[in-house]
Amino acid sequence: MGKVSKKLKSPPFHIAKRGETTWYYGIIVRAVAILSALIISGIFITVVTGKNPLIVYTTMFDGVFGHIDRVWDMLHKTAILLGISLAVTPAFKMRFWNIGAEGQVLIGGLATVMVMLFLGDKMPLPLLILVMTCASVIAGIIWAFVPAFFKAMWNTNETLFTLMMNYVAIQLVAWFLKFFVKSGSGVLTPMHEYGLPVLFGNEQLLNIIIVVVVTVALYIYLKYSKQGYEISVVGESENTAKYIGINVKKVIIRTLIISGAICGLMGLLLVGGSTHTINTEVVGGRGFTAIMVSWLAKFHPIYMILTAFLIVFLEMGASQLNMVIGISSSISDIMTGIILFFIIGCEFFLRYKIVRTKRSKEEVK
Amino acid sequence: MAHEIALECRGITKTFGSVIANNNCNLDVRKGEILAILGENGSGKTTLMNMVAGIYFPDEGEIVINGEKAVISSPKDAFKYKIGMIHQHFKLVNVFSAVENIALGIKDKKGYNLSRVNKKVVEITQRYGFIIDPEKRICDMSVSEKQTVEILKVLYRGADILILDEPTAVLTPQEIENLFGILRRMREDGKSIIIITHKMHEVLSISDRVAVLRKGEHIATVNTAETNEAELTEMMMGKKVDLNIRRSEPLNPVNRLEVSGITSTDEEGRKILDDISFTARSGEILGIAGIAGSGQRELLEAIAGLHKLNSGEIVYYTPETNAPENLRDKTPIQIRDLGVRLSFVPEDRLGMGLVGNMDIIDNIMLRSYSKGRSVFLKRSEPKNLAEQIIDELEVVTPSANTPIRQLSGGNVQKVLVGREIAASPSVLMAAYPVRGLDVNSSYTIYNLLNQQKENGVAVIFVGEDLDVLIELCDRILVINSGKVTGIVDGRTASKDEIGLLMTKSVQPEENLKETEA
Amino acid sequence: MIAFLVSAIRLGMTLLFGSTGETITEKSGHLNLGIPGVMCVGAACGCYAEAVYFSAVGIKGTNGILAVIIPVIATLIGGALMGLLFSFLTVTLRANQNVTGLTLTTFGIGVSEYIIEKADTVGSFARGRKFFTASLLDLLPFSDELGGFGKLFLDFGIMVYLSIAIALICAFVLSKTRIGLNLRAVGENPATADAAGINVSLYRYLATCIGCAIAGLGGLTFIMDYLEGTWEYMIDDLGWLALALVIFTVWKPNLAVIGSVAFGALYVANSYLGLDIANQELFKMLPYVVTIIVLIFTSIRSRKKNQPPENLGLNYFREER
Repeated sequence: MGKVSKKLKSPPFHIAKRGETTWYYGIIVRAVAILSALIISGIFITVVTGKNPLIVYTTMFDGVFGHIDRVWDMLHKTAILLGISLAVTPAFKMRFWNIGAEGQVLIGGLATVMVMLFLGDKMPLPLLILVMTCASVIAGIIWAFVPAFFKAMWNTNETLFTLMMNYVAIQLVAWFLKFFVKSGSGVLTPMHEYGLPVLFGNEQLLNIIIVVVVTVALYIYLKYSKQGYEISVVGESENTAKYIGINVKKVIIRTLIISGAICGLMGLLLVGGSTHTINTEVVGGRGFTAIMVSWLAKFHPIYMILTAFLIVFLEMGASQLNMVIGISSSISDIMTGIILFFIIGCEFFLRYKIVRTKRSKEEVK
Repeated sequence: MAHEIALECRGITKTFGSVIANNNCNLDVRKGEILAILGENGSGKTTLMNMVAGIYFPDEGEIVINGEKAVISSPKDAFKYKIGMIHQHFKLVNVFSAVENIALGIKDKKGYNLSRVNKKVVEITQRYGFIIDPEKRICDMSVSEKQTVEILKVLYRGADILILDEPTAVLTPQEIENLFGILRRMREDGKSIIIITHKMHEVLSISDRVAVLRKGEHIATVNTAETNEAELTEMMMGKKVDLNIRRSEPLNPVNRLEVSGITSTDEEGRKILDDISFTARSGEILGIAGIAGSGQRELLEAIAGLHKLNSGEIVYYTPETNAPENLRDKTPIQIRDLGVRLSFVPEDRLGMGLVGNMDIIDNIMLRSYSKGRSVFLKRSEPKNLAEQIIDELEVVTPSANTPIRQLSGGNVQKVLVGREIAASPSVLMAAYPVRGLDVNSSYTIYNLLNQQKENGVAVIFVGEDLDVLIELCDRILVINSGKVTGIVDGRTASKDEIGLLMTKSVQPEENLKETEA
Repeated sequence: MIAFLVSAIRLGMTLLFGSTGETITEKSGHLNLGIPGVMCVGAACGCYAEAVYFSAVGIKGTNGILAVIIPVIATLIGGALMGLLFSFLTVTLRANQNVTGLTLTTFGIGVSEYIIEKADTVGSFARGRKFFTASLLDLLPFSDELGGFGKLFLDFGIMVYLSIAIALICAFVLSKTRIGLNLRAVGENPATADAAGINVSLYRYLATCIGCAIAGLGGLTFIMDYLEGTWEYMIDDLGWLALALVIFTVWKPNLAVIGSVAFGALYVANSYLGLDIANQELFKMLPYVVTIIVLIFTSIRSRKKNQPPENLGLNYFREER
């Protein structure tokens, strides 16, 4: 028998699915994750710069809240990121991996700029703004519709399709800048005169208000409308959707049209309401960041305000660090990455639990 | 002569969450015998064997192989002990050939060489009498061929203990005979074979001994020669089967649904439904019996507008006016818009009938959400209905806002059936509505179906338990390989009669074609 | 014409590393959208190691072979670490692959910027270019007699040949060895592979780490060979292109050898066709448009042969029930 016991080697623990969890458990796990991420990035920054991590964090805080202009800037940046995140959310809820928001926003921006450039002096401002809005929304819709159509009809892989569409949009913008900018510099002078209206002397206010409206509208749409319900059903189980008679193809295309339309609108806000010109970097990777924002908030529009703020906070804080302490600007991406990894990783502890195998205890005796 | 024991399970217990799949199971298999494990659906047969094969790890208890304690924490360990399992759902890589699938995961000391594997496979096939093309890709194979590959895989690895999980469920009678021949040859070769099944006649014809499981517990192991069907059934069911399902006489039956000559083929052009015709009457339960995968699912889905037909008609007669409506090639929405009150309890509850991650209210709403012109959902009515269903059908749940995934199987089914009945249907179709349910829940479902029948609904019930079919249904339609092989009266039919129809062979010409191909 | 092809091949082979690495990763069932980040980090690690090497040995002590091998090893390690991070999150912690991959790209770009800034404080890595671009042709005594053939096939740096060698080796391993068979099974049907006694997690970890290491070499090649020692923040664009190439060549590294040249040609063609500056930009769209067309075409045809691995993008958990 002695020989046998040597062979015994059952795993000390195994992983099991967690049932229902209490609401505070989720908050605790996520809070611990974010906190550990902050501590780790703090240690990292301290090791790299030799600065007191506390100073690092106060500097970051100062970079975001230190001045009223910065606060407005932060609100505006959060709003734009939130807007793009809202745009991708209906698609994600449907398990349609639209990673083409970058392109959809950019093409919306391009449409806006083209209207400003070619029609700006031909019509009164209110009409111009209307045309800009229509053009940007339609452009965004087209960019989302194409992959959605092929996904619906032939189940073409949407992740890669939308990804490729981003580059088509980027190259279109590059072409536009080279082709229509007479000087050949590839830089289009901002056309402030044709921008969206400035409310109370604050350039950013209108954009922020629009995004707030979109947030509320989308929340209601997803939670209380029939179409929103259909999106959830299709996302959870296509079979069930067919069983109750939902036209899955129609829902896919319709949802992506909404997704694209919001992206196009964000293009309008970004270009018409902020930069008044365009370049290939105007979206600046926010199309991708938006995916994290949406996913981390579990596709919930209200939670997305928090996650969008978190990302913007890191980004602005890091740029302040760069200015004041001279830390590399790359620190922003690194910190964002670390925090995201922690949040992504902590999902595991929400869904599963590690259970010690009962047997092993007996064997010890 | 003392029998040599090949495998022994001692006090095996396994739980999944709050569900006890196996409780203190003891079981042994001798060398050179065929042991049948008999038990109802959900009695823990497959779970127990999965632990022997290393798919799951037991919470408690031990497995002894050839007199030595064994720890089997992965399929790899199982192979080490020369145990091989052929699962009900084949574990094959579709784009690989048979040989590639067989070679998968084997560490051959002489290096990787598919042609050598091929040669050895041919040797094995000749030894036991398999018929297979080793170069054929799995995706081009028939179900029986795939099963052959599974068995070859296990034999190739030199398994001495073979576990087959319901191997006959997907086979034609000829294929079953063929398989049994092979199994007998293996037994003569000294292999131990465990066959999981819930079909009595197979147990009696193939096995040396029978182990009976009930509700996760091992009841007894007996010699097949010394037992009979009645005794085994009693052990399996716990008591003499007297289901005592209340059955009333149909009241003014009128034709409600006429299905005539419907035919459909799968992607590869094989016929799944072959010229099926029948009539469902109001105030009557029509049972559908057949071996799993004979076309039951496709038949119901075709009626519900979810399955494309090549030919045939499905005509519905509206209760009030008796006006006929052709349902063929209509989508579920179109059917609903015609005013046809068709309810359908599909076989796949959480994958089709319900959405696991949504709560009870939202699941109740699936049927009715699109009513009305408003773009917004109305949750108040579904909420009331949900509470009513929870109350009346005694659904055990923390609240109506609990995600349905967290309910037990019986409660999930109550919600689904409750929702379908709440639509006050004129035709109610239910596919395996009691599968995996405990006895109490099963009776709740039978009673609900009976109530519907008494209310004048045409009920179509697809079942697998012949006892239930005979006691519950007024008429029973038997299908085999997509064809109707008979319609019998539930009051007079015997199990043997239905069992015979279920396995009644298809026309001889067609068989020839199959073997040629 | 030859100059065009040479340029196409040089860029193409950069992509080839990326696509070979990603193919191996995808064959194991991992859709790693972090490949652009991985290529950045790989390149940055190589450059950093090169800078350290040069500052350590000084100009005189430089050994040409070491000047290539050291950055290559650093790149391999850097890439593999990124792969390890991805695998840890997706295999061990079962995180969503798309989200993890995209985060890895953000993170990787940040890390690479940081490493390059550090490298610049250590010294110059640009001097390494002459060892990377050292042409095979120059080493052969009879080079002058080879003419156009020599220019087209032999006038490249070591990395170009390495990329082809790796792609062909990977193609061989995937289709002709047991490891390849097991790996493909893991990507097609992990439950089956598991039942066959294959360690699914181990295969996914290894395939992803090796894939990322190889992809990292693509970044290094781009900097040291194609750009001849100047750092440029466009490796991530190349990463997406490499991803496109995987689809374009239907998950076959041997096809990717040719496919990558075609992609390289599409990418550099704009500067050889005598187009004006605006239309050049339009022309750069081509690789992406071609990929989209391939994507559509393969999905409509839906042949069993050229499909992505069945379980691509899905995590595997054995006791899922």
